[in-house]
Amino acid sequence: MPQLDFANELTLAQVVWLVLIFLALYLLLSRWALPMVGAVLEHRAATIATDLDAARQSKDAADAAVAELTAATRSAQATATAQIAGAVATAKEAAAAQAGVLNERLDAQIAAAEQRIAAARAAALGALGQVAGDTAEAVVSRLTGNTIDRAIVARAVASAMTARRAA
Amino acid sequence: MAAEVPSIDALGQFKLHTVLGPIGGSVNFTQSNLMMVVAGGLLLAMLYVGARPRAVVPGRLQALAELSYDFIYGMCAEQIGDAGKKFFPLVFTLFFFILFGNVLGLLPFSFTFTSHIAVTAALAIMVIVLVTVVALAYHGLHFFTYFFPAGAPKLLAPIIVPVEIISYLSRPVSLSIRLFANMVAGHVMLEVFASFMVMMAGALGAIGVIGAVGPLALNVALIGFELLVAFLQAYVFAILTCIYLHDAVHLH
Repeated sequence: MPQLDFANELTLAQVVWLVLIFLALYLLLSRWALPMVGAVLEHRAATIATDLDAARQSKDAADAAVAELTAATRSAQATATAQIAGAVATAKEAAAAQAGVLNERLDAQIAAAEQRIAAARAAALGALGQVAGDTAEAVVSRLTGNTIDRAIVARAVASAMTARRAA
Repeated sequence: MAAEVPSIDALGQFKLHTVLGPIGGSVNFTQSNLMMVVAGGLLLAMLYVGARPRAVVPGRLQALAELSYDFIYGMCAEQIGDAGKKFFPLVFTLFFFILFGNVLGLLPFSFTFTSHIAVTAALAIMVIVLVTVVALAYHGLHFFTYFFPAGAPKLLAPIIVPVEIISYLSRPVSLSIRLFANMVAGHVMLEVFASFMVMMAGALGAIGVIGAVGPLALNVALIGFELLVAFLQAYVFAILTCIYLHDAVHLH
């Protein structure tokens, strides 16, 4: 087996060169190549972190804008509601006032009408005694042929009418 | 020639010879060392070409470089813990040096430097010396309690301590022989089946050529298997280094 031929000086020389080459490779890798690759990775990580930060800030700004919009909408709604309520109240008041005026006029008209009715009624009732007296005189003169004293008739009519009214 | 019994020279492929003419010869620079330089050069080129675009969305080569970095970095962080960052360049160098050595060795006419016990043993001894130095640096003489776990009955000390010491010392042996044996076995098998193929075709004519398809198919499958072994053994070497370093930093 050539690998176990340690009498061959090349076997040992190979190891000496191995040490030199490995050391050189280690130094080149640790000082130059690996930091280079590491820098690329760090650069990517930094880029991603920056982008994420920017995205987060944009999101925050958007959220704030949305909140502002919501608040503005809400306040506008509240203002509108208050204005509507005020308008309704004013309209109601006006309507109530108008209705009051109308009612008063109607009441006055009703009262006047009732007075007229009462007057007419009183007039009618006053005429009734005269009519009843005339009728009673005519009835008596036709039945008896005599005239009757006007005062007696009037008294009888009055007592009859009060009796009737009491009944 | 025809009368000679054909033999399979499965081990000749591991023979060292100097390269680069008289200059290489004068400093005993072998083909094994040439492949080490090629492996290191390819690794550096891969990282340089990969990292150069510095793109946020990586291309293929950049993804390869970054994945290599992340893979070993993750392994160190996971196995060793917070102290793993310090050992990351070493584990990275070890893993990719061995991986490139294994994979490049599968190419025709190339050479597998990890199939030399001298090379794997040198790497393993380096690892174990480093582990011991790290352990002593972290824990001072307290490190020697590693050989006698706390809470074990004192009576068993004569048994436990030698066992622990032997187990500690056998680490570089198993580390180096595992890699070496895997690589040698694979390349010997490839050589044997390839030789079968040539011998069959040479000795049996047309029937032999048809029959040689068998060993050829086996070799195709073996190459795939060896590719797996190349990655696996590099991974095993790196992860065991990490585990040993974890022991050195945390003592059990």
